[in-house]
Amino acid sequence: MSNDSLGRVETKCFIHKDSFSLKSGKTLQGFEMVYQTYGELNEAKDNAILICHALSGNHHVAGLSEDNKKGWWDDMVGPNKAFDTNKYFIVGCNNLGGCHGSTGPNSINPENNIAYGSSFPMVTVGDWVKSQDLLRTHLGLPYWYAVVGGSLGGMQALQWSIDFPDLVKKIVVIAAAAKLSAQNIAFNEIARQAILADPNYNSEDKLPKTGLGLARMLGHITYLSDDAMREKFGRDMKKGEVNFSYDVEFEVESYLRYQGESFSNRFDAHTYLLMTKVLDYFDPAESHEGDLAKTLKSVTAKTLLIAFSSDWRFSPERSRELANAFIEAKKDVSFLEIDSPHGHDAFLMPSETYDSAIETFLEKNE
Amino acid sequence: MNKLIGKFINTNGRVLDLGCGDGSLLAFLKENNQVKGLGLEIDHQKIQKCLQKDVSVIDQDIDSGLSNFQDQSFDAVIMSQSIQALRKPEVALEEIIRIGKEAIISIPNFANWRCRLQLIFGGTMPVSSALPHDWYSTPNIHLCSLKDFEKLCVDHGADILDRQLLSFDGEEKSFMKVAPNLLTEIALYRVKARN
Repeated sequence: MSNDSLGRVETKCFIHKDSFSLKSGKTLQGFEMVYQTYGELNEAKDNAILICHALSGNHHVAGLSEDNKKGWWDDMVGPNKAFDTNKYFIVGCNNLGGCHGSTGPNSINPENNIAYGSSFPMVTVGDWVKSQDLLRTHLGLPYWYAVVGGSLGGMQALQWSIDFPDLVKKIVVIAAAAKLSAQNIAFNEIARQAILADPNYNSEDKLPKTGLGLARMLGHITYLSDDAMREKFGRDMKKGEVNFSYDVEFEVESYLRYQGESFSNRFDAHTYLLMTKVLDYFDPAESHEGDLAKTLKSVTAKTLLIAFSSDWRFSPERSRELANAFIEAKKDVSFLEIDSPHGHDAFLMPSETYDSAIETFLEKNE
Repeated sequence: MNKLIGKFINTNGRVLDLGCGDGSLLAFLKENNQVKGLGLEIDHQKIQKCLQKDVSVIDQDIDSGLSNFQDQSFDAVIMSQSIQALRKPEVALEEIIRIGKEAIISIPNFANWRCRLQLIFGGTMPVSSALPHDWYSTPNIHLCSLKDFEKLCVDHGADILDRQLLSFDGEEKSFMKVAPNLLTEIALYRVKARN
């Protein structure tokens, strides 16, 4: 693994002035989309890779931001890393409805000049992909060499291959699923209820931080594996002994409270609500009576699916379902289940098998 | 061996290689027979090599079943010298002829004269170039002879269309026809489901 870093990276903004209609039937009167790029676009313009972010991610994929924060996938994106910026021109954007600069609940609604808040229209993975395609045109890219993502990001990569088969050559779908299970939706619903039940939700001067923190605590448990939590915290206690109170006693409680609190200071509750709905609504096979193989008929991209053994949020079985649909549709697909103790979060962490699978798959063979 | 298998494979077909290893055979068939190939493999280093060769590969254990593959969805299913390493070869055979319009299966012949001699005169489990493992560490838990395999085919609904008698390095040897079950080192079969 390389320590090479991209150093300071710059955030740019794409402004789309025309109206943009959403699947929900609502329309945005134009939008702004922030993005970052790493590496150089080659002359043939055939080395562009779009990296799609997951629920709480954003456009800052790699390198150092102005406030010195590393991107969320900095371990894997950079010079000589799995996504090698010496070879590829890599683009990361903040999706619509986000809270890191793109048009979202914090933006001003041009119709009444106040922030959207909870009135920001619902978006879908399909809407995102359509907006990302406008960014592609803006950047002058004839097509994406690859579209890649983990979790909700992987769902965008899949949607790309279905919606724009001529505009993407390869997709890498990591730790994702073709749709959410009842259990997945149930977790999302509790997260939403935590936010919606916060007395500060929709208040004019206060933020529903408690609710958002709770939602994140719950989410965080689903990103880790039972083994990883046992290994990291066990039953360790903050003060070494029980003190018969509801204060923080176990290390795991302390960790979760910290995660919840820090997240609620940097993320927007409306965006969180929206993102969980985007996940719940994702079901590309819906347009083909639930037949995923039929849905994939139009796909031309070479596909790599990766899952992690201890992931129970989107388990390897969910990726296998996806692989089977690709096989049934007679598409070019490879699938790899990587042994990892890190649960769903494993998709964020480099490992030898993971990195080299991605590197090899992206390598041009023609 | 690749060339020999290539002779059995139709151009432009869809081929499934069960236990595809490093993907060499599929890469060969892609190049020479213009097939659309898919491999199954569980060894991650070998999967890596498949990806390097631009061979599509699924991380899947044959022993845990092949029910995810549709009936007659491949023009050919290949199982090269690995049926003897499966927990349930008879189930695998039934699955292979269900999935493939044709199947190409090769087996190391345990009734080869060298094996017989080692067992009779040496008194030990045979070790040879085709079967290089000691009895305790061999992955080959269901070894068979040509006769055994052919009976398996009869009993489990597979018609044998073709049989090649080979040395362990995959050379065709016509003298083996004299006494196939005694002389053959590796046998290559082309089979399909009985109508």
